Amino acid sequence: MNYVEDTIAAISTPPGRGGIGIIRISGKESIAIANKIFCMANGRLGDFVLKMPSHTIKYGFIRDLESGEILDECMLTRMDAPNTYTREDIIEINCHGSYAVLRRVLELVFRMGARCAEPGEFTKRAFLNGRIDLSEAEAVIDLINSHTEEARKAAIEQLGGRLSKQIERIRQGLVSVLAEIEVNIDYPEYESELVTADVTMKTLNNVINELEELSKSYRQGRLIREGLKITIAGKPNVGKSSLMNALAGYNRAIVSNIPGTTRDTIEEYIEIDGIPVILTDTAGIRETEDVIEQIGVKKAEEKIQEADIVIYMIDSTEPDIDEKILSINKPLIVVLNKIDIEENYLEDLVKKLRDYDVIETSLTEDIGIKEVFGRIKKYFSEEKIGINTENIITNVRHKNLIDKSLASLKKAVENYNTGMPLDIIAFDIWNGVNTLGEITGASVNEEVLDNIFSRFCLGK
Amino acid sequence: MVNRKGTKLRFIAGEYDVAVIGAGHAGCEAALACAKLGVKTVIFAMNLDSIANMACNPSIGGSAKGQLVREIDALGGAMAKIVDKTAIQIRMLNKGKGPAVQSLRAQIDRRKYQQEMKHVLELTENLDLKQAEIVDIETVEEDGIRRVTHVVTHTGAVYKCKAAIVCTGTFLNGRIIIGDVSYQSGPDGLFPSIRLSDTLRNLGFELIRLKTGTPARVNRRSIDFSNMVPQPGDDEVVPFSFETEVLEIEQVPCWLTHTNIKTKEIILKNIHRSPMYNGTIEGVGPRYCPSLEDKMVRFSDKDRHQVFVEPMGANTEEMYLQGMSSSLPEDVQMEFMRSVEGLENVSVMRPAYAIEYDAIDARVLKLTLESRIVDGLYFAGQINGSSGYEEAAAQGLVAGINCALKLLGKEPLIIDRSEAYIGVLIDDLVTRGTREPYRMMTSASEYRLLLRQDNADERLTEKGYKVGLISEERYAKFKEKYRLVKEELERLSKTHVSPTPSVIEYMEKIGSTPLKSGASLEELLRRPEVEYEDVLKIEELNLKDKGLDYVRRTLPKSVIEQVCINVKYSGYIKLQLQQVEQFRKLEKKLLPEDIDYNEISNLSLEAREKLSKVRPASIGQASRILGVSPADITALYIYLTKRKE
Ligand SMILES: Nc1nc2c(ncn2[C@@H]2O[C@H](COP(=O)(O)OP(=O)(O)OP(=O)(O)O)[C@@H](O)[C@H]2O)c(=O)[nH]1
Ligand SMILES: [Mg+2]
Repeated sequence: MNYVEDTIAAISTPPGRGGIGIIRISGKESIAIANKIFCMANGRLGDFVLKMPSHTIKYGFIRDLESGEILDECMLTRMDAPNTYTREDIIEINCHGSYAVLRRVLELVFRMGARCAEPGEFTKRAFLNGRIDLSEAEAVIDLINSHTEEARKAAIEQLGGRLSKQIERIRQGLVSVLAEIEVNIDYPEYESELVTADVTMKTLNNVINELEELSKSYRQGRLIREGLKITIAGKPNVGKSSLMNALAGYNRAIVSNIPGTTRDTIEEYIEIDGIPVILTDTAGIRETEDVIEQIGVKKAEEKIQEADIVIYMIDSTEPDIDEKILSINKPLIVVLNKIDIEENYLEDLVKKLRDYDVIETSLTEDIGIKEVFGRIKKYFSEEKIGINTENIITNVRHKNLIDKSLASLKKAVENYNTGMPLDIIAFDIWNGVNTLGEITGASVNEEVLDNIFSRFCLGK
Repeated sequence: MVNRKGTKLRFIAGEYDVAVIGAGHAGCEAALACAKLGVKTVIFAMNLDSIANMACNPSIGGSAKGQLVREIDALGGAMAKIVDKTAIQIRMLNKGKGPAVQSLRAQIDRRKYQQEMKHVLELTENLDLKQAEIVDIETVEEDGIRRVTHVVTHTGAVYKCKAAIVCTGTFLNGRIIIGDVSYQSGPDGLFPSIRLSDTLRNLGFELIRLKTGTPARVNRRSIDFSNMVPQPGDDEVVPFSFETEVLEIEQVPCWLTHTNIKTKEIILKNIHRSPMYNGTIEGVGPRYCPSLEDKMVRFSDKDRHQVFVEPMGANTEEMYLQGMSSSLPEDVQMEFMRSVEGLENVSVMRPAYAIEYDAIDARVLKLTLESRIVDGLYFAGQINGSSGYEEAAAQGLVAGINCALKLLGKEPLIIDRSEAYIGVLIDDLVTRGTREPYRMMTSASEYRLLLRQDNADERLTEKGYKVGLISEERYAKFKEKYRLVKEELERLSKTHVSPTPSVIEYMEKIGSTPLKSGASLEELLRRPEVEYEDVLKIEELNLKDKGLDYVRRTLPKSVIEQVCINVKYSGYIKLQLQQVEQFRKLEKKLLPEDIDYNEISNLSLEAREKLSKVRPASIGQASRILGVSPADITALYIYLTKRKE
């Protein structure tokens, strides 16, 4: 049972590629949360949201506090309670970027303290706070119930099989840890082969590792749903469009020896061994007077930000390297092209790039393309992108619950290490198990008791 | 009643406001609360020499139960004070596991406890004690409400009363089973209460059958302690009652020995003679205290089980064998006991037995412990499905208080789950019911870090005072204690020290990372390795280094304890308080008593049935009923809103 009146958030426009999306946040903390992530173009923070009046709109940017990265430009609407749909404080963030950007902003909002809204939860709050009148209410509530039911079914289906088994197994491990602790508390005189604290902590650490893998797998789950985003970037005329065509298997992009041929980004869906990939060819990056090309360059930079893998292409007959692309913090494949041309800086480049994942190609001679395919597959299956876990989390609600549970369990281990007493350590483990229980809807309390009585021989 | 000539005996013997049926741990607290609150009360015992009898362990307290006793005391109940007077050993359990799970446990001089409690009852204004079995509770229905009018004794004496509190413990339709032998009986060789079961059934109460058991009592002189491990009490005793300032007792040890492979063989060889395994016993026994034969069967891989040998009192050689409860035949009991180290020549004074008794399904009760079937009829203790003296006393106190408040026309006292274990206990019993005797455990509480034994007064004494069970004098002392706590907390947060040489030196000495810049005393105390004494020392050193005078503050120990816990656990206390705030929101959404759950169309069928049975007081309570889903709760919300319009 969870009627916690905390702050909730969700994307309130139906998901679809491109277009504008709205993130709606409702609850006590919504203004504070928005205030933490809303900034001006130069990244300057300044309590802009706190200062803005109710029912007004402000233009600005969303910034990830931790990485300092600007995620998107947006229009932010602030509406103070009670004159809002839910009768709570509401913030709406109108994002301009793609669905992927929207998701990142939403995840940022979660990290700042909001919880993922259940289907129909905004409406439910509107009703519970007396915003919707009675005639509406009954109809709405049936709808909510059916939504919740559908969502629950969907979640269970998604949970079905291996994933639910894995979560259940993790939970049972925790329940037995709790039983261990609780029997220690409620039957202090009971001596038995009480498992030592070290063993309990080891179980806890194993659980933490497993949950961490699961949490990371959410990203992989997202890749499976939405496709792996690969952006080919580099200077003009290095052969980006040629690579795009080679990977796509047909002439998707125009290739010419005129630098600046590609002026807008070009996307193509391909599959590599069953992995859906969104391949993006971009305009070559350079200083230019051409307004249209300028826009193209800007877009190329955005696409680099959005990508899961960046292929940075270099013409091996040129000596220059773009350090900015190299410093990007995501999987990077460096392709040295045109190795068929005798006069090149290959040796020099390879030396400079020895810390990077480098492939030498000649697209005109059909050299190295297989290696590019192979490298992409490797990135996907290796931990560099996803994580090798038996299961993949695709539901954002599950991910949030797992992350919340993880935070509690980590706190428990930390408290154990700093010598806090058992009651405090137990507190965080209970919270951790309860949170995990919300995924499957199990009542932990009864289970712990059952576990105690079936494992420990107590009596008078 | 029918006399020998066949005529019905019936005479009016007296008139009271409240009749308390049963003088065990629940009945005594109930009667005392009623009488002290000014309603004329009578309490009936099957035998006046068995008032507040400990039919099982000669011990009070233990994990969670110790908290209950402290809460009873904080509210103005009697148990803790009598424990302090009659304890022969006191220990604080779970000392190293954090303040939230520490609990007091005492070995009690059983006879002395009975005498003390009896005397307290005798001395109480507005209270009469009578030895009689109550066989009938008479009621009348007016304006659709059935209420209590009389209680009737086995001799035909009729007492007029406005309310009654039923505290029959294990007496109600009691049956003792020892192997192949079984007979109607109350505990400890006392008469059972047989006819009241029919009365309750006829009134419409659903009765369930429960079972519990107790081990043998043996003569100390026949025990060889040389190879047993002594279990001493604490060097420094913490009293049970907040009003007991110092307590010195002559501590008597308990002893620890173990069963062995031979014990196991004897039991397994005779298991077919166990009434548990041949079907004689129908009652449901508690999982948390299985009989020895139960342990042998369920934990067949274990060859050793603990046996604690506990004294029954200071003026008796009787010892209680904790861990050896059994319903095997007496001859088997003798055989297996003698297989245990130290018990080779044991002389049994009372054999172990199992006892079955009637209880009600407590889901018929309100949170005040008044039944919804009969107005003014309250229930407390084992009849509600609980087990344990402490659980019984807690319910007795709450039933007594509410019964008196109702007769006085005042608002009831309801203690919720976030305020006390008493609240958890009662809410669990009346909301979820129970199939086995319910034992209080700390894990049953969602707010364990708040429900500590050390702060029971802070949680409940205000309530006890408002109700009228706490004297002005005690209340003033209580206020003063927490005024000092508040003052000291403020002082600690406002007083700053700087890293002067002797401060740094001292901190190094106690293994705490020395300060680099100024810090408040509160910040220092928050460090796990820094004790309150250290903080004062650092303050003193700092002042001296600065050439200033230091005046040491002397605060009572109980104040320092609160200050330390509040500082050291402040983060966690805050988190729990937030959880409590969420919890309260739902508890405050009250459900009217007259709801017809069958008319709420959005409710699931199961929810309708369960809600009609429990009739929860609030949405919060409804949400804890087994079988009521979140969707049902939403439906209840709508219904409530609709009603308001
Ligand atoms: N010799 C040689 N020429 C190549 C190779 N790959 C591409 N080219 C040629 O290089 C020229 C540029 O190729 P594109 O694929 O259009 O280059 P681009 O990076 O997309 O260029 P922009 O769109 O202008 O940024 C074309 O004439 C290609 O035929 C190669 O491996 N060897
Ligand atoms: Mg191109």
